[in-house]
Amino acid sequence: MRRVGQYAALVAYVAFLAFPLLWLLSTALKTPQEMALTEPTWIPREPTLANFGDAFGEQDLIGAALRSLVVALFASVITVLISLPAAYAMARHRGLVNKLAIGWVLVSQVFPFILIIIPLFMILRDLDLINTLPGLVVVHVTFTLPFALWMLQGYVRAVPRELEEAAAVDGASRLRSIASVVAPLLAPGVVATLLFAFISSWNEFMFALVVLQNPDVMTLPLTLVRFTGPEGVARLGPLAAASLMATIPSLIFFAIIQRRLKSGLMAGAVKG
Amino acid sequence: MRITSALAAAAVLTLAAACGGGGGGSESAPSSNEPVKINFLSLAWQKESVAANKQLVDEWNKANPTIQVTYVQGSWDNVNDQLVTQFAGGTAPDVIHNDSPALSGFAADGYLLDLKDKLPAELKSDIPQPAWDTVTFSDGKGGQGVYGVPFLQESQVIIANKKLLDEAEVRVPTADEPWTWDEFSEAAKKMTKGGSFGVAWAMKSPVNKTLNLALNFGGTFFQTGADGKTTVKVGPEEREVLQRIHDQLYKDKSADPDALGQGTADPLPAFYKGKFAMLPAGVYLRQQVVEQAPDGFEWVTLPAPKGTSAQQGAVSQTLSIAQESEHPGEAMKFISFFLNGANQAKLAKGDWLLPTSQQAAADPAMTTEENGWDVATASAKNLVVAPFLKVNGFDEWKSKVATPALQEYFANKITIDQVATKLVEDGNKVLERYQR
Repeated sequence: MRRVGQYAALVAYVAFLAFPLLWLLSTALKTPQEMALTEPTWIPREPTLANFGDAFGEQDLIGAALRSLVVALFASVITVLISLPAAYAMARHRGLVNKLAIGWVLVSQVFPFILIIIPLFMILRDLDLINTLPGLVVVHVTFTLPFALWMLQGYVRAVPRELEEAAAVDGASRLRSIASVVAPLLAPGVVATLLFAFISSWNEFMFALVVLQNPDVMTLPLTLVRFTGPEGVARLGPLAAASLMATIPSLIFFAIIQRRLKSGLMAGAVKG
Repeated sequence: MRITSALAAAAVLTLAAACGGGGGGSESAPSSNEPVKINFLSLAWQKESVAANKQLVDEWNKANPTIQVTYVQGSWDNVNDQLVTQFAGGTAPDVIHNDSPALSGFAADGYLLDLKDKLPAELKSDIPQPAWDTVTFSDGKGGQGVYGVPFLQESQVIIANKKLLDEAEVRVPTADEPWTWDEFSEAAKKMTKGGSFGVAWAMKSPVNKTLNLALNFGGTFFQTGADGKTTVKVGPEEREVLQRIHDQLYKDKSADPDALGQGTADPLPAFYKGKFAMLPAGVYLRQQVVEQAPDGFEWVTLPAPKGTSAQQGAVSQTLSIAQESEHPGEAMKFISFFLNGANQAKLAKGDWLLPTSQQAAADPAMTTEENGWDVATASAKNLVVAPFLKVNGFDEWKSKVATPALQEYFANKITIDQVATKLVEDGNKVLERYQR
């Protein structure tokens, strides 16, 4: 009986989490008339694929999704590669300068968007990176790096310094102890940071809007916004269909990387 | 940010190796054999409108191999943030779609080209002067410039449930004989019965709607003194429409209170169910009704009520040319083609708005009774330049002062005297900063 209750709770929780996705699916399959009903229906009365036809017919959704994927993957990997050694240094070498550095990293997150984007835009223009995916990756790395750094230094601190000292006693060099002792324990943190950076880049709209002007290089958020008009009026059907398709690459990425998250946790447990 | 900047520079090097060229890159200067390239930032978003825009660009590109236009789609919600950055960075599109209130600030900052002496005579004469007035602003040097070509306008109409209108046995207003506000109020009261309301005022964004309709009674909300300083004014003329809407909500109880906090299109599902009979809205909302209304639902478009006049404030959608454009002549040629009478009719039909072109307004598609086009097009004659268009600092007044104050007033949390005081006193403090 207790097990049944647990399953019921689990199903309720999953249903709660899945609500936005299911609602998106339901909306994508509805006619405009059904979307305008005052009593919303879960299961479309006259399911239609017309919204998908409109969404794909009007916009290059697949190309945009691929470009978003490339940008998000590069941005997240580069963010982690750059922030990992910096985070290790910040966590292990404690002192006034480090405290100030961590504070500065956090403060950098509160700058208004408009204050950052114009100088950044000018730098990119001078580097001839406007209208290019590498340009957008640079922006996204810049944008996610401070928080990623702050996240990772927290994970590094959570790894007991004594483990490295014990490895040193056993004769391991500093690099060896980092590679063999610290890295496996850090894996879940690295994966979490990677996910954070990926999601930030995947969803990012405003920087992409400003940096990318050529229709051939536009990313998915820029394509999705084309179904919205002034004063919050939107073409809900095609927007829902396009948004639903937009979730698929990120779901696949999550499915793949989630395994690494689990294996990282296990590795940490064994080493601990 | 120094850390991030330094790291970003490192990332640039990594990426240069990792990603290669990536995208379009910046354009190199064309040689004598290469066509001139023009970027056209369009804000079209409705299916028919996007199709019309793309079709016209294709037609142009086929007919003009030496001037090739690239269609770039933007978004109404973010266009001004996008333009601020691109103007500052020197990479703005050549041809820019926007609306007239946004042009004043960009013109004053020198980002838009003055088109006064560049407009072809045919285009200039096809668009009436009141529409040109919506794009005429100070050039910041004591003169006046024309900073866009106005091509689509929005007026306020009333979308009504025909069955409830017929049942109420009220006089049906026409474009020549609209209701007075008194008649409108009486009709709304008659249609309020059996759980249904006569009217729904969607006031999530109340400023444009009330300011445009206030002109019915000569309410301008802004006045410019002999010293050239603009101040906010809320006198009897400005209070009239505010009070009448408030009365419908709280005195007559003929307005649906549920709609008050909603956006323009949000009340439509309740409208289809007959929860209220009339929805004052912009002409473009007819498109949503055509697409969404259930089978058998009959609706009509009524003209907006009139006060001492039927005047409404006009705001235009516009095409401008960036000051920094390297091909302003070619951009003007494209605009001239894009906005000729026949093409404006296509664009207006696609966006369910009113063309400024007199040729386009005479197109049979613009005067048919179907879907209320005749009433919508006739309402264009009542459009006059919205006084707020010329007010430097209007955007801030609108967002920081007027929107919250009007929302409080329509929610019956403050009196009309209190809203007037807020609009004037807080508003003048905002305007003061723009006039130093």
